[in-house]
Amino acid sequence: MGKISLEVNGRKVEKEAPDNTLLSTFLREYLQLTGTHIGCDTSQCGACVVHVDGNSLKSCTALAADVNGSKVTTIEGLETNGKMHPMQEAFKKLHGLQCGFCTPGMVMSAVDLLQKNKKPSDTEIRDWLEGNICRCTGYQNIVAAVKEAATKI
Amino acid sequence: MKDFNYHSAKDSKEASQLASSSSAFLAGGMTTIPSMKLGLATYQDLIDIKNIKKLSGIKVSGKSVTIGAATKHVEVSNSKDVKKAIPSLSSLAEGIGDPQVRNRGTIGGSIANNDPSADYPSACIALNATIHTNERKIEAAKFFKGMFETALKKGELIEAIEFQIPEKSSYQKHPNPASRYAIVGVYVAKYKGDVNVAVTGAKSCVYNDKEMSKALSGNFSSSSINGMDLDSSEMNTDMHASAEFRASLVVTQAKKAVDAC
Ligand SMILES: Cc1cc2nc3c(=O)[nH]c(=O)nc-3n(C[C@H](O)[C@H](O)[C@H](O)COP(=O)(O)OP(=O)(O)OC[C@H]3O[C@@H](n4cnc5c(N)ncnc54)[C@H](O)[C@@H]3O)c2cc1C
Ligand code: FES
Ligand code: FES
Repeated sequence: MGKISLEVNGRKVEKEAPDNTLLSTFLREYLQLTGTHIGCDTSQCGACVVHVDGNSLKSCTALAADVNGSKVTTIEGLETNGKMHPMQEAFKKLHGLQCGFCTPGMVMSAVDLLQKNKKPSDTEIRDWLEGNICRCTGYQNIVAAVKEAATKI
Repeated sequence: MKDFNYHSAKDSKEASQLASSSSAFLAGGMTTIPSMKLGLATYQDLIDIKNIKKLSGIKVSGKSVTIGAATKHVEVSNSKDVKKAIPSLSSLAEGIGDPQVRNRGTIGGSIANNDPSADYPSACIALNATIHTNERKIEAAKFFKGMFETALKKGELIEAIEFQIPEKSSYQKHPNPASRYAIVGVYVAKYKGDVNVAVTGAKSCVYNDKEMSKALSGNFSSSSINGMDLDSSEMNTDMHASAEFRASLVVTQAKKAVDAC
């Protein structure tokens, strides 16, 4: 058991949690930020991707204790004053989602890509989204959405 | 996942003092955490080594590149120094898993784990690496002992890996399309008078293929290994590839690597 202090979506939070608490569990069950999804037990699907200190990671494969003191951004933290982030707008506009289960992770990964590469090519987008699995869309519209967002950010 | 006690060690000494028969070091956690979630491993104590400053960073001297054990894959793939000294090593790091795995996973964790299809063990063998631990120096050829098995003793901490800069080198892998682990990966490195051909993914543990090394030391051209019929009796067969296919892939990837040198 230990104290976990994080800044999540700009808000300081502090909670006691057992040492085996995953960051994803901390976000979903302690902070009720259920936008971060859990799709697998093997660190492969990417539904749980969030940003920690500006870099994307799989929150199901990091201990809350291990990122103690960090700044975390989840899908809930992307909007500003009720307005969607350009990446979210682009996913909506270009049908980059169907069931939406993979979407929070896809969007968080894609936002990190654009932080590092402002004008990615199709191949670079596909390579970057290697760790995000989508069962529905066939990826075409996701890639199109990321390209569209790149023109807006 | 069963509960455990989380410790963050300040230095190597504290990390090894905390270690016991029911502990593991925690680096990127990209292997440890999924194994614990699946119930394949349980520990009483996890000793986080990421905050030990000495374990992170990259140093290039005249003849070698030394990478701290807790250095992340993304740092190796982005490092200008590594790109300049051993470009094949930075492209190997860039080919591991996906960006989120590379943002967390470390070189020390990868070689300590010694997965039969991991990428870094082949770099250690091909680039005549020395593994520096808190107790001793171990040559790569004596470090990788078998499937998920290394020469590390309980509580022994890898501090850094020192690679010898080759004249030329290339790493080519046929990746598993889902995880990006190597179905077969071949790392070719040419030194004065000597060529290493390290193979991962094909057998239960990484190895230096003596037959191909010898042929390439005589004549460093892909034609000298073209059509080589490797013994597949000890090679892995699984849902991804048969032993015979792996034997053939080893030659194909080795030829690609030589041509890319
Ligand atoms: C989806 C996915 C895809 C992947 N794809 C690939 C791939 O394509 N190629 C590839 O090679 N790997 C791949 N990996 C594995 C990845 O590279 C891991 O980073 C690596 O295997 C373990 O490193 P880690 O830092 O996460 O170690 P951890 O999980 O923290 O530790 C692993 C083991 O090493 C021990 N250890 C860690 N550091 C040290 C040290 N300094 N000294 C002694 N012991 C230590 C730990 O105690 C533990 O037993 C993948 C992993 C995932 C989840
Ligand atoms: S839930 Fe984290 S990778 Fe699948
Ligand atoms: S939209 Fe259903 S999994 Fe991607």
